[in-house]
Amino acid sequence: MTSVTDVNEKSPLANMGSSGAYQKLLAFASLIALLIGFSIASPNFMQTSNMIAILQATSVNGVLAVAATLVIITGGIDLSVGTLMTFCAVIAGVVLTYMGMPLLLGVAAAIGAGALCGLVSGTFVAKMKIPPFIATLGMMLILKGLSLVISGTRPIYFNDTPGFDQISRGSLIGKVIPSLPIPNGVLILFIVAIAAAYILSRTVLGRYTFALGSNEEAVRLSGVNTDVWKMRIYALAGGICGIGGILIASRLNSAQPALGLGYELEAIAAVVIGGTSLSGGRGTILGTIIGALIMAVLTNGLRVLSVAQEWQTVVTGAIIILAVYADMVRRKKSG
Amino acid sequence: MSKLVEMTGIEKYFPGVHALKNVQFDIAPGEVHALMGENGAGKSTLMKILSGIYQRDGGDLVINGQSVSPTTPGEAQDLGIGIIHQELSLMNDLTAAQNIFIGREPRKSFGRLDEAALNAQTAEIFESMNLDMDPTVPVGSLTIAKQQMVEIAKALSFRSKVLIMDEPTAALNDAEIAELFVIIRGLKAEGVGIVYISHKMDELKQIADRVTVMRDGEYVGTVGAAETPISQIIAMMVGREVNEEPLEVPDLGDAEVSLKVTGLNRGRDIQNVSFSVQRGEILGFAGLMGAGRTEVARAIFGADARDGGVIEVHGQSVNIRTPSDAVKAGIGYLSEDRKHFGLATGMNVRDNIALSSLDLFSKGGQLDEAAMASTTQEFIRRLGIRTPSDTQEVRLLSGGNQQKVVIAKWLLRDCDILIFDEPTRGIDIGAKSEIYKLLEELAAEGKTIIVISSELPEIMRLSHRIAVMCEGRLTGILPGGKDTTQEDIMQLATQREAAMRVVETVQ
Repeated sequence: MTSVTDVNEKSPLANMGSSGAYQKLLAFASLIALLIGFSIASPNFMQTSNMIAILQATSVNGVLAVAATLVIITGGIDLSVGTLMTFCAVIAGVVLTYMGMPLLLGVAAAIGAGALCGLVSGTFVAKMKIPPFIATLGMMLILKGLSLVISGTRPIYFNDTPGFDQISRGSLIGKVIPSLPIPNGVLILFIVAIAAAYILSRTVLGRYTFALGSNEEAVRLSGVNTDVWKMRIYALAGGICGIGGILIASRLNSAQPALGLGYELEAIAAVVIGGTSLSGGRGTILGTIIGALIMAVLTNGLRVLSVAQEWQTVVTGAIIILAVYADMVRRKKSG
Repeated sequence: MSKLVEMTGIEKYFPGVHALKNVQFDIAPGEVHALMGENGAGKSTLMKILSGIYQRDGGDLVINGQSVSPTTPGEAQDLGIGIIHQELSLMNDLTAAQNIFIGREPRKSFGRLDEAALNAQTAEIFESMNLDMDPTVPVGSLTIAKQQMVEIAKALSFRSKVLIMDEPTAALNDAEIAELFVIIRGLKAEGVGIVYISHKMDELKQIADRVTVMRDGEYVGTVGAAETPISQIIAMMVGREVNEEPLEVPDLGDAEVSLKVTGLNRGRDIQNVSFSVQRGEILGFAGLMGAGRTEVARAIFGADARDGGVIEVHGQSVNIRTPSDAVKAGIGYLSEDRKHFGLATGMNVRDNIALSSLDLFSKGGQLDEAAMASTTQEFIRRLGIRTPSDTQEVRLLSGGNQQKVVIAKWLLRDCDILIFDEPTRGIDIGAKSEIYKLLEELAAEGKTIIVISSELPEIMRLSHRIAVMCEGRLTGILPGGKDTTQEDIMQLATQREAAMRVVETVQ
């Protein structure tokens, strides 16, 4: 670089292992280790059908985790991703089943409702200065209640909307490559993930997402309207939850209003395992996807090995602690 | 009469700095000994050694006739040294008594707290101070002055023989100061020795018996408070030789007034401040810590709300409510605390320079990284920022280079009014002169520069005119260059009642 006048004394190596990279590597290695371990333990594990089941199980959690990643990088947290997903599914049910609107309109309504709810959360956080934990905790409960109210506490089925279940369950890839019937839900997850990764790394919105998490006051004093950008990020995350709502509704061919609680914790767990810092400023979508896959592989593998469900939960919890502890140890070493 | 404390030949080194050089200080029972000096003279460091927060690297500390080396504040407390920090360290939700005995509460069996004993002991201490206060009152509901009394009571509860007070009146009004002085006189009568750190000259005359002056980490001298004129004490404080050649103040003639502030107000911090700056001018803001200079800068920049005042930029009144309004008007602010308010330290040089101008590189929300890279590299070249590349994280740069990154941010944003708050804090000497040159070049290019600095030589070195503040008020505007001495500035900086001496070159 011609502009370089002098080299800073500090080792350039210090710059290489930015927290995410190492943790991603660690997470990726753990994923491979889990896959190998389970294949040795059970011959049923490495079947194509089982692999597809794992991917299918990752799709909804993965999408929610991507949404949570965006908010967490700003230094916030979103506890409402799970019940917002359900709320969006219910909205889709109302538009498609109750009102008999065309398929695309239902999908648009779900995503729009998600973005709007995200904007509301963002307003609470940015304008009213309510801590994100509290604001989204409130939203989580509000949305859970609204889903039950709107649906009359009963599931809404999509039997009258032909093709709705194909959104998640169909397989465009399987049509082209019959031996690889990867469901559309997984395809959608990857499209969402790539789009989110692009937004984070290549757009103004993405740059401000990191900047807000890195030092919000400095960004504000740079003359940036931080409130507006934060609201946009929450709205984007909400819209992604809307996509999650479509995916789960399509997979179940129904909107289950009681569902949703607990999904937010799985999403946050995936984000954390993927190396995104809960204090903001650092994180990657790739890490989050790997984190979501680890969670799915673990659940699936333990089930294949006939480990009781209760114990699966225990193991998941332990993995989260381990993943974050490994990151802490590394951080301390690198100073 | 034997001394309570005698410090002789005290030496202290910090990485790269010889902070205390052969300093001496002593305290007799029943006296108020004022410790004076400019910011950075070494007063706090000396007192931190006495109170066990730092350890000395040389010299002797004798307390009650014994040579000692306290290594923790607890050990110093046991030796009878109590310190009241400038920033009160009380827990607002606990009562006065609970605060005073925090960590050593009287107990009953099974670890239960003995609240009755706690309150009784506290009442005893208050009585000895002639202080009328309820031990069970929550500290958060007290005024700052009363909270200070609680701090004093806390120090006394350790049976302190020596009480160190670091700018105890900084946040008090006149009535409260009088209240504090009554307490101090009472303590004197009891034989307590008091170290009184303050910048306020008039207080010395009221309360102090002796005054010791420090400068640049060195002991200057000890004089009697009553018989020494204030001008002599100020001369002792600033007496260092100025080794810079006198500044040539350019004749700006009738250059446009680019920033005009009229009647700026914000609570107690800013009281009716008015001034104006011309295109190409460097206006220095001098004053002691807490004089309200940073507050003025933040209010102009919209970082804090203001109660009143009109801000005119290039002759147009602008309504600045947020930093983003200020930036639109072409005002940039470089905070004294780069780490917290200036830089996104986890991000790289390129992102930090572009932070307030991302819209310039946006095509429909998408960032043009190539354009960002070439623009930031141009600034790296132009300002001589020493970094391996524009993708280096800013936290790995030196202080001077970090400051240049922040300057680049505002230049890229095309701000033509730049407010520098302590531009060389934490920057080594070599880099300082580079920053000075940069500021002069910017002014010569027609930018309007405001420099806030606590270092008088820096103010004298840079300013075309010098605005001086004391306790939220602008006490005067002096001409720059050789006509103004450090004594002139200190006089205004310690002038508590407004006797404005304004030397305006612009109306």
